[in-house]
Amino acid sequence: MLALLGADRPLAAVLVSLAAAALIRLVGRWPTVREACTFGAGIVKLGLVLSMLPTVLDGGVVESARLTLIPGVTLHLRADPLGMLFALVASTLWLVTSVYSVGYMRAGRYPNQTGYFASFALCVSATIGLAFAANLLTFFLFYELLTLATYPLVAHNRTPEARAGSRKYLVYTLTAGQALLLAIVWAHSLVPGGEFRPGGMLPAGVPSGTVWGLFGLFVLGLGVKAAIMPLHGWLPAAMVAPTPVSALLHAVAVVKAGAFGILRVVGYVFGVDVLRDVGADTLLAGLATTTIIFASLRAFRETHLKRRMAYSTIAQLSYIVLGAAVGSVAALAGAMFHIAAHGFIKITLFMCAGAIYTESHRDDIRQLAGIGRQMPITMGAFALASAGLAGMPLLPGFISKWNIGLGAMSTGSWVFVVVLVGSGLLNVSYLFPIVYDAFFRAPHGTVSPERPSLTVPLAATALVALLLGIAPNIGVGFYRLAWSAATSVVGGADAGGLP
Amino acid sequence: MTQHLPILIVLCPLAAALVVPLVARVSARAARALTMLATLSSLVCAVAALRVALREGDWHYHLGGWAPPWGIEYVVDPLGGGMAVIVALLATLVSLYAGPHVRGLSSLRGAAFDSLFLLLTTGLLGIALTGDLFNLYVFLEVSSLAAYALLASGGERAVVATFRYALIGTIAASFYLLGLGYLYALTGTLNMADLAIQLEAVPPGSAMTVGIVLLVVGLAIKMAVFPLHGWMPDAYTYAPPPVTMFIAAVMSKVSAYALIRVLFFVLPAGDAVETARAVLSWVAVGGVLAGSILALAQTDVRRMLVYSSVGQMGYIVLGLSIGNAAALTGALLHVVGHAAAKGCLFGAIGSLPRQTVQAEIGGLAGAARRAPLAMAAFTIAALSLVGLPPTAGFFSKWYLLRGALDADAWLFAVVLLVSSLLGAVYFFRVLEQVYFVPDPSAPDTDVPSPASPPSWRMVVPVLTLGAAVLLIGLFNGVLVSSVIQHALPEL
Repeated sequence: MLALLGADRPLAAVLVSLAAAALIRLVGRWPTVREACTFGAGIVKLGLVLSMLPTVLDGGVVESARLTLIPGVTLHLRADPLGMLFALVASTLWLVTSVYSVGYMRAGRYPNQTGYFASFALCVSATIGLAFAANLLTFFLFYELLTLATYPLVAHNRTPEARAGSRKYLVYTLTAGQALLLAIVWAHSLVPGGEFRPGGMLPAGVPSGTVWGLFGLFVLGLGVKAAIMPLHGWLPAAMVAPTPVSALLHAVAVVKAGAFGILRVVGYVFGVDVLRDVGADTLLAGLATTTIIFASLRAFRETHLKRRMAYSTIAQLSYIVLGAAVGSVAALAGAMFHIAAHGFIKITLFMCAGAIYTESHRDDIRQLAGIGRQMPITMGAFALASAGLAGMPLLPGFISKWNIGLGAMSTGSWVFVVVLVGSGLLNVSYLFPIVYDAFFRAPHGTVSPERPSLTVPLAATALVALLLGIAPNIGVGFYRLAWSAATSVVGGADAGGLP
Repeated sequence: MTQHLPILIVLCPLAAALVVPLVARVSARAARALTMLATLSSLVCAVAALRVALREGDWHYHLGGWAPPWGIEYVVDPLGGGMAVIVALLATLVSLYAGPHVRGLSSLRGAAFDSLFLLLTTGLLGIALTGDLFNLYVFLEVSSLAAYALLASGGERAVVATFRYALIGTIAASFYLLGLGYLYALTGTLNMADLAIQLEAVPPGSAMTVGIVLLVVGLAIKMAVFPLHGWMPDAYTYAPPPVTMFIAAVMSKVSAYALIRVLFFVLPAGDAVETARAVLSWVAVGGVLAGSILALAQTDVRRMLVYSSVGQMGYIVLGLSIGNAAALTGALLHVVGHAAAKGCLFGAIGSLPRQTVQAEIGGLAGAARRAPLAMAAFTIAALSLVGLPPTAGFFSKWYLLRGALDADAWLFAVVLLVSSLLGAVYFFRVLEQVYFVPDPSAPDTDVPSPASPPSWRMVVPVLTLGAAVLLIGLFNGVLVSSVIQHALPEL
């Protein structure tokens, strides 16, 4: 068994949680055994991903066997720097969220927990699969599996509202999936096999009309999950899901799958130069800046805590898209690092929101006055994460913004720097009033004491966020991975920024 | 013995059909066992014959030792042999699935049911294997007559619905026969291979055109291609579950096979066939869209599935009207995948204890707790029809899309994708009921309620088909490179 796991580690990393999903279904009657499956698979998966890290950091890749799916097209996984970065974020945060989920779901006495944990495991499988996907078809398989696996999670509460939210989610994501499928089949007719290649897979001399059409379909297909406006409508609606679902899936897995896909398409399908030649990078940058500004403004209008955070997610995801559109090494590195930075920060915020709801049954911002004194750990982490989201120095959001800004300056696009700064200010102004009210206004009503199963995970992610901000290479070297991926895509032409 | 494999495939069910009513007088159980044995041995023969054909080239079997074109010839080639395997496999599974239904009948009616079922199987297998166009007509009628009787056994409404089907089906068969008459008058032969050679020498003229039109229209009605599908919804909805499962899965596929055989292997390439394919492509587009939209409008799950079949047959017709290698691969893969998926869907619905006379979608609330396994298979099959990976339906859609793009037929590509989305709407509407709406009569717990789970005889075939849908998807590469690729006509 161990030999089998070792033989093909990228595949094993995907299959571990797939097997866990089946096992969780079988042992659903015994919650303790069931949760043990989740944790066991989480630890094994993280171990597998980490075991591939040294090779990837040394500039190598770990490849899986190729399984023929369609004559000429294989199911093929490859751990490269970009995929590694995303896989590390997803597998770390799965473990953290599992601890949190157990606490949250049991405290809230939610029904159908077996289905919940099984779907969760399936989602993480899909996420690792698309992180390591080495070609377009493999990517698509896991992209659609992710859609299907998250659908029951969004509908988890079974209320008419939850069902409506999940329906909206499906309509958006499946429609996008069809656009993506058309793009991928089209790409296959240009590039047999459709294998990702740093710097672009398209042969030279593809007419600009084809590039535009193909790129448009890719952006449509991936932009829904990446919540680029106006394709973002499903994300606030999906906030009806239990909070751990929102946390992992709407801060890490689903939305990041979209943003990650954009990075893959820009860097590994077209190549930055091809897009710049036809002017498609301007379209992407325009979409991203519009999204950043409007989503940040829109966040003010929401008084429901999770929905406000949903709009904040929409804005933050477009940082990644903007970085991809700018396309210099620094900007791409910043965008890639933002997958990790935003992942740790946003999951902290969501877990705080869930803890507040569990202990006080409040989800409206106006009811949170004074809650900082009753829930100091939770709100402390919340304050830290808010600062990180706004891009304060010594927190990871700053590092990604700095690099994207630096990249924008090097290409002479000052307007993007202005947008980034402005968005930071907006972030401060829609998050800090919450923190202020929580700590400096008088509390009202009673709140249950904070329970460790909720506070330990959220304190841990907040701490990791802080450490990442101070030393971005700490532990697994997210920053090095981002730089090595960005350099491989652009070819190391205009290196700069923080090495 | 082994040199007679091609004819044994057809003879096993035919002989059993004659014997079953006699055996049933002695023992109903023995009659059931004989039915299952006959379909199973037919399956074994079909698989063995196909393996030989793939290894050693097409297997021509001369009935009674008479050489064609005078005698009747049976041909096991990758296309026909593959079709025979699909039919025999479905027949084997349905003969097991029909157990609870037959037990509920008197021994005489039960024996009649099994006997008719075997005759239907005989007819469909014969169509797949014969190398003679008139013999194909005979088997078409054998299967149709058996199908009328089986469909009509579902009660009063079924009788009325089937009568309509019988009228239209007979017209279709007459079209086919008439068209065949024109070709016979032109060439003086009925053997497919011989006809293909002789027709090359015949100058295009109105006689040939009329013949082709009659053949294609006749088979298109049998396939229930839009807008010739009117007979299908009622006929399938009121029939007993095993009948619907079998007929919906394979009968229209066998007609589709006959159309592919005639269009690509018998008729000479020329203007008439080109025009027929062009017309068929628009008919297919209409069918794909109309089938999906009409499926949306249904409140009865079975009717919804029937309209979805109208749309899915459109996929197959679209593939063969585009006519390049990728599109034809997609069409043939879809024949296999859709047979498994549709059989699975109808089987799963039929295995549920009937709450309402019409299987209303609302009546499926909480079905996932009552029949978790059958509903899991239902879900996989539904995902396949929507065309989501990694099921069979996704990969056939992939090949079809690839074929459409290779032919620069963007409209067809978009139609395929739109139809997928419509499919998603009507299937997820059902899945939402099955999984997310609590059963009004059962308490909400994590433990499945033990109340009247479906019989294992019904669950096993449904699960087998559900697994087949997944496996055909995952291993479609193997299927394509070892069978389907060799079944394509020379382009």
